[in-house]
Amino acid sequence: MSRARTLTLTVSTLAVATLALTSCTAGSSGGATADPAGTDSITVALTGPPANLDFTTTAGAAIPQALLGNVYEGLVQVNQDGELEPLLAESWSLSDDRTVVTFTLRSGVTFSNGADFTAEDVKFSIDRVKSDAWTSGLKTKMDIVESVNVLSDTEVEVVLSRPSNVWLYDMATRVGAMFDESGVADLANQAIGTGPFTVESWKPNEAIDMAARSDYWGDAPKVSTATLKYFAEATATTNALQSGDVDVIYNMQAPALLSAFEGKPEFQVLNGESTGEIVLSMNNRVAPFDDVRVRQAVMHAIDRQAVMDAAWNGNGTLVGAPVPPSDPYYEDLNGVYPFDPAKAKELLKEAGAEGVSITFTVPTRPYATAISEIVVAQLKDVGIDAKIASAEFPAVWLDEVFTKHDYQMSIILAVEQRDVLTMFNNPDYYIGYDNSKIADAAAAADQADEAGYISGMKEVVRTIVDDAASNTLFLFPNTVVAKAEVTGIPANAVSEGLFLGDIGWN
Amino acid sequence: MVMRILTNLARFIISIIAASVMVFVVLRLIPGDPAQVVLGIDASPELLEAKRAELGTDRPLIVQYWDWASGLPFGDFGTSHLTQQDISPMVLDKLQVSLILVLLAMLLAVIIAIPFGTFAAMRHNRVSGAMISAISQLGIAIPGFLAGLLLVVVFSLQLGWFPASGWTPPGMDFADFLSRVTLPVVALASVQAAILTRYVRSAVLEVMSEDYLRTARAKGLSPLGALLKHGLRNAAIPVITVTSIQLAALIIGAVVIERVFVIPGLGSMLLDAVGNRDMLTVQSVVMVLVGITLFVNLMVDVLYTVVDPRIRNSARGSRA
Repeated sequence: MSRARTLTLTVSTLAVATLALTSCTAGSSGGATADPAGTDSITVALTGPPANLDFTTTAGAAIPQALLGNVYEGLVQVNQDGELEPLLAESWSLSDDRTVVTFTLRSGVTFSNGADFTAEDVKFSIDRVKSDAWTSGLKTKMDIVESVNVLSDTEVEVVLSRPSNVWLYDMATRVGAMFDESGVADLANQAIGTGPFTVESWKPNEAIDMAARSDYWGDAPKVSTATLKYFAEATATTNALQSGDVDVIYNMQAPALLSAFEGKPEFQVLNGESTGEIVLSMNNRVAPFDDVRVRQAVMHAIDRQAVMDAAWNGNGTLVGAPVPPSDPYYEDLNGVYPFDPAKAKELLKEAGAEGVSITFTVPTRPYATAISEIVVAQLKDVGIDAKIASAEFPAVWLDEVFTKHDYQMSIILAVEQRDVLTMFNNPDYYIGYDNSKIADAAAAADQADEAGYISGMKEVVRTIVDDAASNTLFLFPNTVVAKAEVTGIPANAVSEGLFLGDIGWN
Repeated sequence: MVMRILTNLARFIISIIAASVMVFVVLRLIPGDPAQVVLGIDASPELLEAKRAELGTDRPLIVQYWDWASGLPFGDFGTSHLTQQDISPMVLDKLQVSLILVLLAMLLAVIIAIPFGTFAAMRHNRVSGAMISAISQLGIAIPGFLAGLLLVVVFSLQLGWFPASGWTPPGMDFADFLSRVTLPVVALASVQAAILTRYVRSAVLEVMSEDYLRTARAKGLSPLGALLKHGLRNAAIPVITVTSIQLAALIIGAVVIERVFVIPGLGSMLLDAVGNRDMLTVQSVVMVLVGITLFVNLMVDVLYTVVDPRIRNSARGSRA
């Protein structure tokens, strides 16, 4: 602990006093002596701290971001290209009717409390998601599992009530994390998994200190300690990087501050992708957005490129549908609703909604406030008078918009992976989209083979876009700023966890 | 004198109780369901209901209030539903940080204000005195957080003399503690020093026009000598008052400074807890802040009684 602190001080002093840092070469990793370049530890700045360490009872992206892949591991994982890969399972096979998945587990894997990882742990972990112990709403992803049968120490079969393409993918998310039965007593404060790191200390809202395990089954992490530091404000993160207190800013929240780093040899800027869509949601159940023509008018009224340029410095990806390119059924639907104010006015006239006034509920998040102003201006150009009502995020937004559906238009970053069906295949979801046109197609796609899954989901997505169920403004970028010598940063945020094991020093 | 202190003590306790009721009620009036925040957007109504039962937020308000308030006198604030940790040790931990920050800032402010204020008073009709007045006016005009941001830009990002953020407890690494605490303390102290300087100046000016000081001068003491020997004790009374009032303000001001410098004090804890509707934590932190403010006022009253014989005598007189 104190060595790490001394190290941080040394690093910061050196970094600001001289430019010697850039000429420092990496010392032997894992060496016993603290080297001045700090190559044995890494500090990553993040916004949005985890409330505790237990994602089985607490929602939010922050806990799995810190722990999944680093402390907890699943049978499978999603790689940087969004594809499934084996992790604790060496391989898996599907029965002919596609309802029985048999996993062959890696041997020699241990939990950080010393217990061996076996097929019993797989059964325990999956059954636990289905039990009352899990209170996170994501547990419904396991509803499809009928039973888990242990065949041997390294073989386990999972019986599903129907074939599902989505389920295996879900196993790479937090619901697929593997736990040890003796390690779940105090999950909020004690995280015990099979991953390459252990949590050494956790200070709520401040930091998580992790240490590399010497008995990890896979490749050893590049550093022996890693710290996740949490900041409330984006400016504070850039200050911390400039003054040497952190080495990496992951998912930077203020593109306007990038200019301080671009073109400087001491820093690198990575423009990664995320799976988060910025969704301009229109309440499909209330006027004026219960009329598809009004929703389509909004699609034509908004110049998404201009929104992205003005609000987020042009960083991000235009997708035209609530699907990121890392999903297998992605297709470019940007052309469906070209920016066309005249067409928008025409549609509004047809719908009898000229000069309509709406309330635009904007959550108190940097992206939302930045985007809302320009959206309001563009809506005004076609004759929609949108008044901004600020809603504190998360508490008030969740309460008013999400739970009570008491809103007309809102904006939110939907961060979950493969969430198109979550958002649109449920008429009770806050968007209120009538899913009768897609429900059957979605169910068929999930049970089909890989090719059928992809073509079926494409059809579903096209229907959603034709109905203008909501306006996907752009795909949120995963902007990373780091010291130039840092290597192995997973620039694409396409899985729930931020994997620290590859991050090291050049 | 004892009576006076007892009255103050009673007032202190009543204020604390009133504050606890108000904090509790106000928090229940703002929208936002703690269970929803914990479980997020994926939660089903059944899960939400179970969570509310677990957190106890479905019980009558009076029961919830009593449950929380009855622990307060024993320093038991309950368990945070978010971090699932006991609140008391966390508050104590963060309080140490905030108190170090605030007390150092006040100390610095007093160290600056007394000589400068006295000097400005003694030179009140000279350019040098007017200069100090002008500078202190400027100091009051610049808000603490702006001062903080400016300090970061100049001393951390440009000159690289100090880290931009973070906190190290003094017991862990004193050199690192000093380097991290300097800028936030200066930012906090700048406004306070400016305010105090003006009060010291006017207090000293007033004392200087008193008859007993003229007498002292007539007896052959120098202006500064007379002031030091006879004036400062009297000038101290209004300065103590202002300092204590400002101490309370400083604790609130530290909330913002802690945010700018990413210092894990009570302020940061409070803001995070409000955002997450971590009700027990919010209530507890607010009560600690209220308690400190009221306690400072109580101490000032007691101090008055001790320092100023006129108050002491008048209290005795009123009892007679």
